[in-house]
Amino acid sequence: MGGKILLAGIDIPGIRGFDVYRAHGGYAAVEKALREMTASEVGQEVNRSGLRGRGGAGFPTGLKWSFLDRKSDKPRYLVCNADESEPGTFKDRYLMQHLPHRLIEGLIISSYALGVNTCYIYIRGEFKYLVGILETAIMEARQHGFLGDRILGTDYSLNIYVHPGAGAYICGEETALLESLEGKRGNPRIKPPFPAFKGLYGCPTVVNNVETLAAVGPIILMGGETYSKIGRGKSTGTKLISACGNINNPGVYEIEMGLPVEDFIYAPEYCGGIANDKYLKAVIPGGSSVPILPADLMLNTAKGEKRLMTYESLADGDFETGTMLGSGGFIVYDEDACIVRNTWNLAHFYRHESCGQCSPCREGTGWMEKVLYRIEHGLGKMSDIDLLVRVAKNIEGNTICPLGDAAAWPVASAIRHFRKEFEFHVKHPETVKNIHHGALNIEEESLIPDSGTGIKYW
Amino acid sequence: MQSAFGIIKTMKNSNIIHHPRFARDGKSVAFTPAVLAKVHALILRYPEGQQKSALLPVLHIAQEELGGYLSVDAMDYVATLLGIQPIEVYEVATFYSMFYLEKMGKYVIEVCRTGPCAISGGEKILAHLQEVLEIKPGETTPDGVFTLKEVECLGSCGTGPVMQVNSEYYEKLTPGKVDKLIEDFREYANRNKPGGLSWVEKFC
Ligand SMILES: Cc1cc2nc3c(=O)[nH]c(=O)nc-3n(C[C@H](O)[C@H](O)[C@H](O)COP(=O)(O)O)c2cc1C
Ligand code: SF4
Ligand code: FES
Repeated sequence: MGGKILLAGIDIPGIRGFDVYRAHGGYAAVEKALREMTASEVGQEVNRSGLRGRGGAGFPTGLKWSFLDRKSDKPRYLVCNADESEPGTFKDRYLMQHLPHRLIEGLIISSYALGVNTCYIYIRGEFKYLVGILETAIMEARQHGFLGDRILGTDYSLNIYVHPGAGAYICGEETALLESLEGKRGNPRIKPPFPAFKGLYGCPTVVNNVETLAAVGPIILMGGETYSKIGRGKSTGTKLISACGNINNPGVYEIEMGLPVEDFIYAPEYCGGIANDKYLKAVIPGGSSVPILPADLMLNTAKGEKRLMTYESLADGDFETGTMLGSGGFIVYDEDACIVRNTWNLAHFYRHESCGQCSPCREGTGWMEKVLYRIEHGLGKMSDIDLLVRVAKNIEGNTICPLGDAAAWPVASAIRHFRKEFEFHVKHPETVKNIHHGALNIEEESLIPDSGTGIKYW
Repeated sequence: MQSAFGIIKTMKNSNIIHHPRFARDGKSVAFTPAVLAKVHALILRYPEGQQKSALLPVLHIAQEELGGYLSVDAMDYVATLLGIQPIEVYEVATFYSMFYLEKMGKYVIEVCRTGPCAISGGEKILAHLQEVLEIKPGETTPDGVFTLKEVECLGSCGTGPVMQVNSEYYEKLTPGKVDKLIEDFREYANRNKPGGLSWVEKFC
């Protein structure tokens, strides 16, 4: 396998500090790019690498950079998206905490390639403890001549600033993020115009995820061609996967794209199998916004091929029998997880996080939450299930930003694959009323977990 | 006013906003000179004429330095500092979940309620906290020490259940761990400043 690229050196004591990082080959990529390459050569390497955005959509990074309006005489900006709030996702946090200089290095090279002199890192406000780590890393880089005026004696200058958000999932959406960075409410903008033409302060702007930008340094060092051979097909390179839920080893793993899902879940060096020897029931493999899949479809595609950790394989079967790689937030559910309760929980999340600009999203997320609350608490009707499907369909594609879709997909997919469980809730209201996670084995008394939590919502 | 309906009570000055959240107590608020210097340095991180960009970081600082929540006086003060209209501050302060518009307990306990935490014990932790503190989410203990809140995913799903107390993360929680933490906080509550480094200290 390709070994560690993004997380290379993570186990070296003190690697968070500049001196140790530098002693282990750090900032060699910046030296190579700024001294030996032109800005457009850097862009070409990234293009050649096949690197795709790690923030969720998987859009080719080189292509995105090529859209940047270079004719405009306004300043250009690079904004690093460190908002990381997609449920199940905690990879960027891990990277910034342990290897802040890998990100700074990526930001310098990317800014150079884009002709940017000011770069902002928009980080979610809850990661307050990381703000200090990033500020220190930036200060160290400046002291050693890698930031500020005339970097390494070239005529290229760059400043990087950390900008904290203040608790709003929607600010991860790139145009909401830009609004927030301008000191406003995080209301997504209507596109077009795209940020490449009118972004921050109306200037040409590129927004990229932390992991995407951190990959740029290694790509420059090894060459785009070499990077593109790692991985599988159009899913090149390595990907950070944050694994959580009912598994033995939750954590952040750097995998080579193409790893079979089965290996990822069961191999001891990754998730290490399902905790407490339970059965695997379902997985949401790319953050809460992507469709949930039952165990059999997660391990093998509908065609019977092994499901792989790539953009293409996970999406195989589209929304009927497939899902998405998304942000790499890999959430594993064991036999005791109640899909209805989980769907209601996530519906609550999206209702809470909708910015409220578009009626289908603002109202639809509220309706879905209410109807799911009903079903989960033994107050549902059979017709509620199709009502949910209908509401989800009416949100999808009818909103300004993709949060509407992100709210609709989990509900639609949960019903598609676990309709029986929804029906069970409607048919047996007394049984489900006090059970939280544990609906699959509802008929076997012994497997009903001790609910007794006494939580009252609403 | 006398009318056919008897005496009608009308408000005299319709320009005053009568809403509990907008009660000004007339005390003037201001940062210390040291904090003010940091704030001015922060504003310079953004291009000329874009000083409004500093609003979120400055509101974080204001909340911490001016009483643990954003009073109307504090928000008006921030508006003056940034040269923007007070309404531009209010609309932002009401949008983001980390800004508090009411007085909070000394320790604000924010428990993640979202899916991954919920399936790994988060529901139990929240229930336990309600029992121990004898308050519901959104409430503050009568002694003013604790406020309990539910929040959405904190980006800590692999080490859940998780809660944040005054911006510090506490992960892999169990009811026993929670009891110990609450005990510690009660003990610390008499000291001056709870929590770790302040926002001002975070920015170089
Ligand atoms: C509701 C919503 C939330 C998002 N949250 C994040 C996020 O937390 N982090 C992130 O990098 N991208 C997030 N994105 C994706 C960004 O809009 C954007 O596509 C991404 O930052 C582009 O970077 P990339 O090309 O490097 O992936 C979100 C998108 C939506 C619609
Ligand atoms: S889809 Fe939802 S979150 Fe996105 S702009 Fe519309 S209301 Fe806001
Ligand atoms: S779900 Fe609790 S931290 Fe992500």
